[in-house]
Amino acid sequence: MTVLSLGKDLLGLEYLTKEQIELILDTAEPFKEVSERTIKKVPTLRGKTIVNLFFEASTRTRISFEFAEKRLSADTVNVAALGSSVQKGESLVDTARNLEAMRIDMVVMRHPSSGAAKFLAERIRSNVVNGGDGMHEHPTQGLLDMLTIRDRLGKVGGLKVCICGDILHSRVARSNVWGLLKVGADVAVCGPQSLMPGGIEELGVIVFRRIEEAIEWADVLNVLRLQLERMEAGYIPSIGEYYRVFGVTLERLERAPRELLILHPGPMNRGVEIDSRVADGPHSVILHQVTNGVAIRMAVLYLLAGGKPELAEAAKGMQEAET
Amino acid sequence: MRPVLLKGGRVIDPSQDHDGIADVLIVDGRIEALGKNLSAPDGAEVYDATAKAVAPGLVDLHVHLREPGHEDAETVATGAGAAAAGGFTAVCAMPNTDPVTDNQAAVGFIVKQGTAARAARVYPVGAISLGQEGKQLAEFGGMVAAGIVAVSDDGHPVVSSHLMRTALEYARSFGIPVAEHCEDPFLSGGGVMHEGSVSTRLGLRGVPSASEEIMVARNILLAELTGGHVHLCHISTRGSVELIRQGKARGVNVTAEATPHHFALTHVACEGYDTNAKMNPPLRELADVEAVREGLKDGTLDAIATDHAPHHYESKEREFDDAPFGVVGLETALGLGVAELVAGGYLSLPELIARMSTRPADIFHLPGGTLRRGAVADVVVFDADREWVVDPARFRSKSRNTPFAGRTLRGWVERTIVGGQTVFAAERD
Repeated sequence: MTVLSLGKDLLGLEYLTKEQIELILDTAEPFKEVSERTIKKVPTLRGKTIVNLFFEASTRTRISFEFAEKRLSADTVNVAALGSSVQKGESLVDTARNLEAMRIDMVVMRHPSSGAAKFLAERIRSNVVNGGDGMHEHPTQGLLDMLTIRDRLGKVGGLKVCICGDILHSRVARSNVWGLLKVGADVAVCGPQSLMPGGIEELGVIVFRRIEEAIEWADVLNVLRLQLERMEAGYIPSIGEYYRVFGVTLERLERAPRELLILHPGPMNRGVEIDSRVADGPHSVILHQVTNGVAIRMAVLYLLAGGKPELAEAAKGMQEAET
Repeated sequence: MRPVLLKGGRVIDPSQDHDGIADVLIVDGRIEALGKNLSAPDGAEVYDATAKAVAPGLVDLHVHLREPGHEDAETVATGAGAAAAGGFTAVCAMPNTDPVTDNQAAVGFIVKQGTAARAARVYPVGAISLGQEGKQLAEFGGMVAAGIVAVSDDGHPVVSSHLMRTALEYARSFGIPVAEHCEDPFLSGGGVMHEGSVSTRLGLRGVPSASEEIMVARNILLAELTGGHVHLCHISTRGSVELIRQGKARGVNVTAEATPHHFALTHVACEGYDTNAKMNPPLRELADVEAVREGLKDGTLDAIATDHAPHHYESKEREFDDAPFGVVGLETALGLGVAELVAGGYLSLPELIARMSTRPADIFHLPGGTLRRGAVADVVVFDADREWVVDPARFRSKSRNTPFAGRTLRGWVERTIVGGQTVFAAERD
């Protein structure tokens, strides 16, 4: 029997197998329950030191990782790029070496440059979790999206999932594409051509240029946030036009041949890429995604720390035994 | 100066269609004779070139020697030494130094450093515009008097078509080419690699081929308008090759160069975020590589130039977005040319020498590139069949930023002679 593991790092879903992705999703299941307890803490990572190294502003991803770490009893330190030595011009390689010298166990990094997580992972012995690198990948987001789809629809393979919006600049889109393709979903992307990366079809996805076509085709829509600065950069003419042409509105969904599940990685621009009535409506699983985010990140940290998947339930139980 | 007799080598001189076993005699720094069974004058060094190729020294129209300003990455002396080790007897040093080589005094400094290096000849290229800012023309006349052989704002495209027009017109008085880095900076938009399937996967900003081709087309049209000589640097796309082919067919005074990395690698080399595969223009697709090779074959691309761009190791040891563009090339160019183009069946060995020596010397009006009697004795002797593995630690260049580490190349430089003096001799093993 081959023992499945994730290896040292989680850099992207492109580099995982279907089995590894399913392992993480399955391992997340028992961890969901921890967050529902009165005392939301298990001793699984007690004594482990984790640094959350954020070179880009992030609220929900950082908080989600921090909750995951704390609920696993790890010691955590948050390093935000603002006010750190990075502002003084320290290079990433020096930052990495300094962290290493402090004998940490894991680093969760968010960085504006694609490939930064891989760069760090190749230079330190600690486990590295990519918390989003440039326009490359945001693997835990992709995983939590898949977990949410699986929760609601009972499976991911065989479903038609369309990622909508600014595909060009989106790491969430890339992680979703890789993850979904690996577990056997049909994947499409939809958005204005000016926000569509060249050669995206070569990854094995369908491209829709009209949101109506995407809605007609899909079982699930994953609606991306539109960065407002794309307008100034000349990719789209205006927010208003974007909403009119590409917005996921209630009217458009009502014309769909079947019920759609609506995901959004957040933070939402209500009335830009998504209609508030959709975001708050019965099809939306947006808050469910946030809840699952903690469980997915607990599973990833647990597995990278060398935890045995079959022992995830038992690892949780240790807490009950001790208290 | 001691005469040198190179005996029994395969003498390849495209300038006189010579390819055959012969001797070459060098006296007083010049080619004295090329023929069979030449006898050595008294006191001559006799070099047994049996089974070696003897050719006019290689001429590189495009190098960055970093001095003044970035002597941590390269100096004129180390760059000229690296050139000699790569079989080059002349290199043209681009003006994007710090300060920019945009005036007579700055040109004089490069010439002085080049002479002191006693390695490959160093010919400065002057800036087109003051500070390479693309606004006001630099003093071509003063710089020509100090020794420039061309003007270029390389590293930066000349965005203003008006300035490019006047540069082409003004350069005609001095008979020098205007060498242009063809790129539309708005279309490149902060891109760090070729725009295509690999950039999409890596999540890196792409530079579309059209960014280069728009400027190639513009520059050909401006050369046509002015009658000036435009030289297009480091051509990387199939579209550019086709535009140049059409321009030449119309009789436009356009010449062009391609780099070894653009005929040897594709954008796939950027996988894994290897910053040593980051250069501008970026590595393109297989069809582009094929077009560059075809362009070198049919003469659409006149010359192979390295765009030797040394960078200190720590500046490449960082995130892909933040690493500087450029790779070193002087010490791998011949090996790549023989391995990829000759062994690959694209060029004959004489055709490769034409692209690396005779033709570049010709289009920049440089001495060398020939073994005719009376020409300067700039000669390379190399073993065209010897394979070797690239080990950047052995480079003479101060920098090691190559994407070819560990690659097996073919064509080993045995000796480089400049003006009759040996400036590089391989260690005997």
